[in-house]
Amino acid sequence: MTNSAETLHTVALTVNDVPREGTCVARQNLADFLRHDLHLTGTHVGCEHGVCGACTVLVDGQAVRGCLMLAVQAKGRSVTTIEGLTRSDQELGVLQEAFSQHHALQCGFCTPGILMTLVEVLQDDPDPSEMALREALSGNLCRCTGYQNIIDAALAAAAALRQNQK
Amino acid sequence: MDPRFIGQSVRRQEDDSLLRGTGKFVDDLDPHGLTHAAFLRSPVAHGRIRSIDTSFAAQVPGVIAVLTLADLRPVLTSDRLPVQFKSDGLPPNIGPYILAKEEVVYVGETVALVIAESRAIAEDAVALIDLDIEELDPVTGCQQAVQPGAPKAALDRSNNIYAQFDMGYGDVDQTFADAAHRVSLALVQHRGGAHPIEGRGVLAHPDPMSGQMTVWSSTQQAHEARGFLIELLGLDETLLRVRTPEVGGGFGAKYLLYPEEVSVTAASLLLGRPIKWIEDRREHFLAAIQERDQFWDVEAACDASGKLVGIRGTMIHDGGAYVPQGVNLAYNAATAVPGPYDLPNYKLSVQAVATNKVPTIPVRGAGYPEGTFVMERVLDALADAAGLDRIEIRRRNLIPVSAMPFSTPLKSRSGSGITYDSGDFHAMYEQALKEIDLDGFADRKAKAAQAGLLRGIGVACGIKGTGRGPYESATVRIGKSGKVTVFTGAMPMGQGLKTALSQITAESLGVDPGDITVVCGDTNTISLGLGGFASRQTVVAGSSVSVAAKAVRDQALHIAAGLFEADVGDIELVDGMARVKGTEIQTSLKELAKIAGGSPGYSLPTGVTPGLEATEYFMPTGLTYGMGVHAVELEVDAETGAVTLQRYVVVNDCGRAINPKIVVGQIHGGVVHAIGNALFEFMGYDEQAQPTTTTLADYLMPTAPEIPRIDVHLAEYPSPLNPLGVKGVGEAGCLPTAGAIVSAIENALGAKNNMIQRIPVMPQDLFQFIQQGKQSSAA
Amino acid sequence: MKASPFAYFAPDTLQEALDLLGSLDNAKILAGGQSLMAMLNLRYAMPDQLVDINGISDLAGITEQGGRLSIGAMTRQRVLERDSLLFQKAPIFREALLQVGHIQTRNRGTIGGSLCHLDPAAELPALAMLYDATLIARSAKGERALPMAEFPAFYMTPALEPDEILTRIDFDAWPQDSHFAFVEFSRRHGDFAIVAAGCLFSLSPSGTIERAAIVLGGVGAAPMRLTEAENSLIGQVPGRAAFEAAARAAQDIEAMEDSVYSAQYRCHLSEVMTRRALTKAWDRHQERAA
Repeated sequence: MTNSAETLHTVALTVNDVPREGTCVARQNLADFLRHDLHLTGTHVGCEHGVCGACTVLVDGQAVRGCLMLAVQAKGRSVTTIEGLTRSDQELGVLQEAFSQHHALQCGFCTPGILMTLVEVLQDDPDPSEMALREALSGNLCRCTGYQNIIDAALAAAAALRQNQK
Repeated sequence: MDPRFIGQSVRRQEDDSLLRGTGKFVDDLDPHGLTHAAFLRSPVAHGRIRSIDTSFAAQVPGVIAVLTLADLRPVLTSDRLPVQFKSDGLPPNIGPYILAKEEVVYVGETVALVIAESRAIAEDAVALIDLDIEELDPVTGCQQAVQPGAPKAALDRSNNIYAQFDMGYGDVDQTFADAAHRVSLALVQHRGGAHPIEGRGVLAHPDPMSGQMTVWSSTQQAHEARGFLIELLGLDETLLRVRTPEVGGGFGAKYLLYPEEVSVTAASLLLGRPIKWIEDRREHFLAAIQERDQFWDVEAACDASGKLVGIRGTMIHDGGAYVPQGVNLAYNAATAVPGPYDLPNYKLSVQAVATNKVPTIPVRGAGYPEGTFVMERVLDALADAAGLDRIEIRRRNLIPVSAMPFSTPLKSRSGSGITYDSGDFHAMYEQALKEIDLDGFADRKAKAAQAGLLRGIGVACGIKGTGRGPYESATVRIGKSGKVTVFTGAMPMGQGLKTALSQITAESLGVDPGDITVVCGDTNTISLGLGGFASRQTVVAGSSVSVAAKAVRDQALHIAAGLFEADVGDIELVDGMARVKGTEIQTSLKELAKIAGGSPGYSLPTGVTPGLEATEYFMPTGLTYGMGVHAVELEVDAETGAVTLQRYVVVNDCGRAINPKIVVGQIHGGVVHAIGNALFEFMGYDEQAQPTTTTLADYLMPTAPEIPRIDVHLAEYPSPLNPLGVKGVGEAGCLPTAGAIVSAIENALGAKNNMIQRIPVMPQDLFQFIQQGKQSSAA
Repeated sequence: MKASPFAYFAPDTLQEALDLLGSLDNAKILAGGQSLMAMLNLRYAMPDQLVDINGISDLAGITEQGGRLSIGAMTRQRVLERDSLLFQKAPIFREALLQVGHIQTRNRGTIGGSLCHLDPAAELPALAMLYDATLIARSAKGERALPMAEFPAFYMTPALEPDEILTRIDFDAWPQDSHFAFVEFSRRHGDFAIVAAGCLFSLSPSGTIERAAIVLGGVGAAPMRLTEAENSLIGQVPGRAAFEAAARAAQDIEAMEDSVYSAQYRCHLSEVMTRRALTKAWDRHQERAA
């Protein structure tokens, strides 16, 4: 019986630019830690085996599966979640706004993972083709939208972001 | 009055919180003292339980309780769940046990549950429960189930047949004798699971202050769930409230009260603590309903011109280990065969049988995709037999607009007739051909051939009854705050229903839809409700809201007319104000609500009734039918059997579109789900009925690169059956998809005689066909 | 599901990690975690101890000396995908990596993790086989070099001892003007291939093929080299006839089957993908030349 003997680890990290600290057992994955220990429930869990992409968050700016990383591995790292995309007192950001305009979400459960993936994708390639976007989102499942409006929203957001850069 | 909000693609009121990550789903709820449940599930498809030893599991630190059926029995009125959709002739014993009693009948069946301080600890303890099972022979397929000497899927039933029935009309056998062309087909259809990205989940939360149990569930049916829970737990409506937070998709899997919801609630009653159970993906594969297998053997005949004269045959439906909604899937599939075509004679013998696999109830489409696929395959085969073009034969058999409304001799599941209420099928068909540019297809095919690819085109049609009754509830209220609130038993799970209902309300009350609060999925706020199934909610709940909102409007106009000493006809409701038209004389809805609310001891103004609110239960007199035409172009790589979808056109009748963007989104989702069914998704079982696809790496849901652009055109033929003229579209996209794709594949290969008789179409199967084709043409 | 409990160790140095592995029972090494974490969450893998080597900084990196490339085992797949030195010396890596999983998994997944997980259809073991890479493993007892051909012991099992850590992968780059392609047949973008084929070939001054390497993934228990096909190419003028002849040799291999795909289908795909890889490599050259 190892449960009572399970060591608690302290995890200090930066989440959405704010220093945070929590304690967890070693087996706790990052998505569960964010959700249940730091109460950032915007990151969703859809499969826990690294396929659906709903739990995607940024770690040091890179999109990763929150279920395929241990919380203890996030020590000292900078994590960005959906809650960090826009402050609660701010208007929606360009990408989020494009999602609403293009009806790129229905139930919204997969949406945080898709948005977080797109943050990195659009940073890497500000002018992606439709096919490049489809491939970039191949690690995110959506059962509601059929993807088309997601792609259209991402293309529109990319165009708007390019415009903002000028 | 011109519509102000109906027909506009207004911004969804659901979006803001979902895009900020602040929308709350069931697993986001975290009440004080929360505990977590995990289930011990049957490891075998069929077996007799010798013993369950929970003693080791109970000793795991952090475990609060380990419970079997015997432990829950003090708070249960029954060991089993009732059948939700009762119909005549169903045998007893077809509803699931809340936890297994003496027998297990599918891998994944709930046997015991552990309540612990964390889900991880609960799972640790589950692994320590000693379950001793005597394995029994499983029924692994529905064809096997009806063979003589087959094992029984459940020992307490007399055989493996849930139901058998004949459906049809006319004199098929007579017409076959004289028919110009006859074909026969053996079709195997498989539809897997629902797989919303959020699985199921429930939180039972007892409140010691009120004595009320609140059950938060990710369900499509809050009120139905409450109804069954109070029955099974012996409670009344004041003691049990069901609420839904945001629901992360349903697609049919959540239109059922499951053993997990009952046992978690029962455990919470016993222990007096909040308990949460969140379905993981593996559990969704093992224990959430599926639609699965149907085997169809049909013959069809047409006259020399290609006009259908009849279809006859048999169908066996794999109901799985339990059929908690009776035989609706098999029934729907059988009634769907005629589709939008004029089929003069029809006879189908149906058997719904038990196997030792996950129970079945409808997944998005609900049997209609299967019936539709049969008809589309029949038309392809008859066209080939008659030497007709496959596109032309459909044109010759579609029901003409002059025949509308068109009644088929079939009855829907509820016993009412099937009448197509409106629509010009031929016009929609021609539009689809135009939109996919049929004329340019030959050029595109030639171009593909230069790249070594075989390009094909396919067209298919489907139609489904939507807007099932008997009613849906709606209360529209303007409170003393001036705020407009809508309460309904309808249940959104991603469709944007709140936005649509707010638009319908705004139309009558002249307020911004974004300022209207729509409350769904709370049994304390409205007494009745049926929830989200059968593409019904905009039709039925929308109509209830529309009627109720008009009633509130009339009340408001009446009060304002009295206040301003004006005619009711001279008052308009604009921007939250009641105004005498063409003047500055106005007051707010808030003031009117205060007047209607009255003051203690004082009379209400003459003719004014208390409150600015109305409740309506719209009862549709029949289902409303929206036809859909799908045209697809694809390319087949003859060397690998790979299919790449290139173009996809949909023309779909939605009646009147409340929010066109939302309607199109529904069609997109339905099409892609059905692309999964046609080409990718397969729920595998081995010869012991052990599931072999239990991760999303093995069960292939379509991802963005596999999906072409889907070009949706809405046809709006208003329904005469409801005040809004709307038709349901939640499932419409699923219907003709597989038929169109399979037809296009055969078209690409230049194949005749319906070589593809099984879906999903796998590349290795296509490769085999191509090889056989080469051999036979060489011979 | 949640992982079963384990004790967690995050050594900062290789020596610490090796000491841990030498002393712990039922321990697993956690590299990028893109396979292991899923197996932990599903309780398919239930180690008592987990040794996380992500903190050992000197296990990552790409260097070159005298045409020999050395890739640290903990180099992330996304780094390999974008690294300019690797792209210059072995451009097939980028082509193959773009077909590995998804952005999110490549951001964490490592080359060493992929090699040790040894999925039969995985791209990186196939590339290691294609290049006849040498795999360097360390234990407390010392270092040893394994040729990739000897690295797979069984199905999805490397020939490593429980106390060993794969530290780096070394291989010789091919000449700058070599031709390359990596093609896959999979059901969905990013899925493990049903059959994958990679090839490298270089030409003599006279324009005939003087050296060739072809690898197939997804066909056998481990990636396999097509020696016969490679030999058949030597001395040939690159083009359809030579490629078709080489690909035919791929048909005769012994392929595995599973509940979905037959051995016969895999053999057929081996022929097709081999031919397509060779053709793609050569067509790319023609296009550049044009």
